[in-house]
Amino acid sequence: MIEVKNLVKQYGDHIAVDHLSFTVEPGQIYGFLGPNGAGKSTTMNIMTGYLGATSGEVLINGHDILEEPEEAKKCIGYLPELPPLYTDMTVEEYLRFVAELKKVPKKERKGQLERILNLCHLQEMRGRLIRNLSKGYKQRVGLAQAITGFPDIIILDEPTVGLDPKQIIEIRDLMRTLAQEHTVILSSHILSEVQEVCDTILIINKGKLVACDTPDNLESSLSGGNRLELSVKGSRAEAEQILSAVEGINDLQLKETAETVELVITSDASMDLRETLFYAFAEARCPILMMKHTETSLENVFLQLTSGDPVETEEPAEQDESTAEPAEPAEAGDEPVEVEVEVITETEAPAEYDAEEDNEA
Amino acid sequence: MIAIYKRELKSYFTSMIGYVYLAFMCVVVGIYFMAYNLYQGYPYAAYALYGCNFVYLISMPFLTMRSMAEDRKTKTDQLLLTAPVKVSSVVVGKFLAMASMLAISCLIFCLYPLVIRIFGTSYALAADYNAILTYFLMGCVYIGVGLFISSLCESQIIAVVASFGVCFLLYMWPSLVGFLPTSAYTNLLMLAAVIVIVALIIYALSRNWLLSVILCIGGVGASCIVYRVNSDLFDSLITNALGTFSITDALYDVAVNQVFDLSGILMYLSLIALSIFLTIQCLQRRRWS
Repeated sequence: MIEVKNLVKQYGDHIAVDHLSFTVEPGQIYGFLGPNGAGKSTTMNIMTGYLGATSGEVLINGHDILEEPEEAKKCIGYLPELPPLYTDMTVEEYLRFVAELKKVPKKERKGQLERILNLCHLQEMRGRLIRNLSKGYKQRVGLAQAITGFPDIIILDEPTVGLDPKQIIEIRDLMRTLAQEHTVILSSHILSEVQEVCDTILIINKGKLVACDTPDNLESSLSGGNRLELSVKGSRAEAEQILSAVEGINDLQLKETAETVELVITSDASMDLRETLFYAFAEARCPILMMKHTETSLENVFLQLTSGDPVETEEPAEQDESTAEPAEPAEAGDEPVEVEVEVITETEAPAEYDAEEDNEA
Repeated sequence: MIAIYKRELKSYFTSMIGYVYLAFMCVVVGIYFMAYNLYQGYPYAAYALYGCNFVYLISMPFLTMRSMAEDRKTKTDQLLLTAPVKVSSVVVGKFLAMASMLAISCLIFCLYPLVIRIFGTSYALAADYNAILTYFLMGCVYIGVGLFISSLCESQIIAVVASFGVCFLLYMWPSLVGFLPTSAYTNLLMLAAVIVIVALIIYALSRNWLLSVILCIGGVGASCIVYRVNSDLFDSLITNALGTFSITDALYDVAVNQVFDLSGILMYLSLIALSIFLTIQCLQRRRWS
């Protein structure tokens, strides 16, 4: 159990974490979500005792991270953004060192090592120098390091960065396995990942907590109502005229193409306009070529919550696009939910690509 | 602490540094031993050690450069600082690993008095081993300096150059102090300057201007009054005080005069403790900046 109270971290004039407070209950997977520079890593670094906070306190299982650092740190396994690996050691040597560092009792070390090597699929790499491992394997060694000693709380900072789609699925499964006995906190800016794995999502923007709820609740509580996408044969003027007679439309966006008009219609969540629209267009003899009902996805929630004030150059660019053409992010957000494993591999690849770009930036 | 110690020590032998360091020490000290003791027949091995104590200026910065800087660069400090160990045990573990490397080379030097004994007459084995101990502790002072400077740097190159500079200052200390004037009046001025600097440091640390001003005025005033009463007290006051920090003196006493220099050893130990303390503070401070 972690209690974070009024956490503030200031770097000169820049406030990285701004009066952040939340509580993490045991036995769940928590996801830290936020655009780059939102303060996710800083918060994690403070929670694990690597950085000191400007003010506020962090209690790990009741131990203050500053006053009883050793007791508190015993309850935590941490995988930072960049896995802290000694590249001149072999995987096995390194994990033995970590076990000793974390004061795992001597008798348990051997059994634990085997268990962790199996969990992280590192058996065949145990004798290799870490220097010679690929990025994905290094990430796994980092993860193995974090779970060494099987602490109550496992904190992972962007654990799937740099992994291939198959490895990402493996790591997700691993996180689910771990969550049976441990609390797992992970940070990510990949929405589909957080949505899929986490029980609770904490959305952070500019160092502030903007939302904390389950993915489903977030979607329903913050959904901006029903959204319908239509493609109608006819001109823009015709469509506008027909729709002016329809009641209950909160928001309307039109885009004219060669022969059709693309419409995005938003109405209250309680209202289903599909039938009304069908008859309205049918009476005017304007054929509806396509009508699609889109629910508000987590991505939209995320964009809504984090848009207010742009933080970095990359994210706002995406946000601007999405407000102009809301059809796109909605689709991207929906796919992983509807179709299982096969599609994930497809959608994950670009997502991961983005992540790497962000890291470089 | 033991885990860190073992890992550090092992890493010296998985990389080249450990072997290169040992080879370098053996070659340089060996040449002096050959020239002084074997070739010219001087019966004290300690003299050879004293003759080549400059070797630390080169070897110690290279031994210590990576200790803290590398962790910071590769972010492995995140592992050490988020593990349930104290910052002090991290630093002490690393220091002990380096001191062990030094001890290994000193163990090799321990053969030298025996070589003299086997092939000639050895007059004072005890003095020789005492000299090797002093030599070892002196090396530890340089390790402490290097460790502290490494903790300030992220780049190992800068750490090497900066530690060399500081070690060189330490090595040249007696000669540098010799350049300072010895008259009572200049020593009063120097003392006043020291007091002002101390007051400024206290202000920088505590942000309490009242305390620093009182300390500054009180200290300077008191020295002026003492100077008025008895100006002889100030003859070479600062120069003598600074001269006691000469780090080669203790080795000189034991190597040349065969005198056990307890105060010198104590100074070594306190300098080592100071450098470890400063390194811990430096690591702590970085977390808050």
